[in-house]
Amino acid sequence: MEYYLHLVLNGLVIGSIYSLVALGFVIIYKATKVVNFAQGELVMFGAYICFALTVQMGLPFLVSFFMTLIFSVILGLCLERVILRPMIGEPIISVIMVTIGLSTVLKAAIQLFWGTQVRVYPQVLPSEPIWILGLPVAPVYIAAFCLSVVLFVIFSLFFKYSTMGIAMRATAFDQQAAQSMGIGVKNIFAMSWCIAAVVSSIGGIILGNINGITPQLGHLGLKVFPAVILGGLDSLLGAALGGLIIGVLENLSDGLAQQFFGLAGFREVAAYFILVIILMIKPYGLFGTPEIERV
Amino acid sequence: MNILSVENLEVVYNDVVLVLKGLSIKVERGSITALLGSNGAGKSTTLKSISGLLATEDGEITEGSVFYEDQPIHKLWPEKIVRLGIFQVMEGRRIFEDLTVEENLKCGGFVRPGKEFSQSRELVFEYFPRLKERRKQLAGYLSGGEQQMLAIGRALMAKPRLLLLDEPSLGLAPLLVEEIFGIIKRVNSEEGVTILLVEQNARAALNIASHGYILENGRIVLDGRAESLLNNPDVQEFYLGIGSTGEKRSYRNVKHYRRRKRWLG
Ligand SMILES: Nc1ncnc2c1ncn2[C@@H]1O[C@H](COP(=O)(O)OP(=O)(O)OP(=O)(O)O)[C@@H](O)[C@H]1O
Ligand SMILES: [Mg+2]
Repeated sequence: MEYYLHLVLNGLVIGSIYSLVALGFVIIYKATKVVNFAQGELVMFGAYICFALTVQMGLPFLVSFFMTLIFSVILGLCLERVILRPMIGEPIISVIMVTIGLSTVLKAAIQLFWGTQVRVYPQVLPSEPIWILGLPVAPVYIAAFCLSVVLFVIFSLFFKYSTMGIAMRATAFDQQAAQSMGIGVKNIFAMSWCIAAVVSSIGGIILGNINGITPQLGHLGLKVFPAVILGGLDSLLGAALGGLIIGVLENLSDGLAQQFFGLAGFREVAAYFILVIILMIKPYGLFGTPEIERV
Repeated sequence: MNILSVENLEVVYNDVVLVLKGLSIKVERGSITALLGSNGAGKSTTLKSISGLLATEDGEITEGSVFYEDQPIHKLWPEKIVRLGIFQVMEGRRIFEDLTVEENLKCGGFVRPGKEFSQSRELVFEYFPRLKERRKQLAGYLSGGEQQMLAIGRALMAKPRLLLLDEPSLGLAPLLVEEIFGIIKRVNSEEGVTILLVEQNARAALNIASHGYILENGRIVLDGRAESLLNNPDVQEFYLGIGSTGEKRSYRNVKHYRRRKRWLG
């Protein structure tokens, strides 16, 4: 029993990181209808920048954490200026292709600077476990989970109530109409990429603290697809829950496969199995908006 | 005197299709000016070149200029142009269907300070009480007429000085057309908004306008005071559907065809 509880708890933590990355993905999709294939590389970017600042430059962790966020914002702005602005008015599919190219470039750049071996963060939070439901849980896990929840609440409120959030949703629905009311599409693009880069970086830093980082981190972007498709591409709540569900189910099924069939590595594909099954039942995802059709 | 003047405008789409061929119009401050013409004449293109929305469609102004309050604006981004006080209500309403009515209005007032919102919203609800009842509803579920009201309401939120309306009567029942045109007239006289009105419904447009332009094939072929256009035999025949003798027009008439051709040339 304890074994399963442990699987679930671990799943929740990994899931909350998926949720964060999914959040970035959904924000870009919501504001610009672009499916961002470089989401995993944004995670990697944050993780490596923070690593460089803390370990290679010897800055205190909190300082480098916030500096990483600033770098993420700068990255978001640069991406918008250099890559996305020239694409305004082009078909969405072209922009999506550009993000595929971007993911390759980012990954290559990171390998160029930091090589391919595993890098480890210094210990930041105490390793003394905290007991929850009679189970020892590492503080970094709890911090990861709480941070994800807080970010979700903030962004949900932002999209629901702030003028900027509403303008981002409007732009997602009809770019030209949004433009006709003075909503600067450039700014909306920049803003959504900045937010996406920031939350992904936070995800990357958390992962770095838990597992250490390698250039394989970018594959996380692929895990996020099941999470967001499950949640419905344009729903923040969906991304949150989708991430958690994928995290937990993946961990549980991996544990079970190992225990009963002696199969290792089921984790890597579990998410896609789950996805296929759920999509057969709910084609718009759990929380996605179906197209409005008036009868 | 003129709030807007468009001079010798040439517009090309996708680097090849020449749509406006040296078009000039002037809009007098405080007036309602009608811009009429058949399908594909270039009416929407004219409005988009004024509002700057052309760029998002791969259209380009290759010649000529647009002056608003004597300032050249044809090189500005659309968001800048809206801030100067020009607002285009696009053809086909283009409301944000998965936002509520109120959120749509919020977008309309995007360039205005947040504290103006509730006051402007009340003004919109005064013009369109039907929107008030439905303000928490998703705009996608409004009827076509209500969506048109929302589109105009959204424009009012921005407190424009020059309003560009593209076919506000499109797809509306006659009674509703009358209502919408009544409101356009009120917006003009009560809010002091200058209006450039593009319409297929020539009669309704000329009835509220003081001046009119007729656009064919990217050129202005006729302009004048609204009454004189209403009484012009060519306009009556080709845009108002009345024959020169007061009968319905007949396409069998070859002479008619020649005259029509001269118009389209
Ligand atoms: N984005 C575009 N790309 C290429 N050609 C275009 C584009 N938009 C319009 N055109 C062409 O320009 C011409 C004028 O179009 P425009 O939309 O201005 O006409 P309109 O007078 O508004 O017609 P309607 O009354 O049917 O709305 C048409 O021949 C149209 O095919
Ligand atoms: Mg048109």
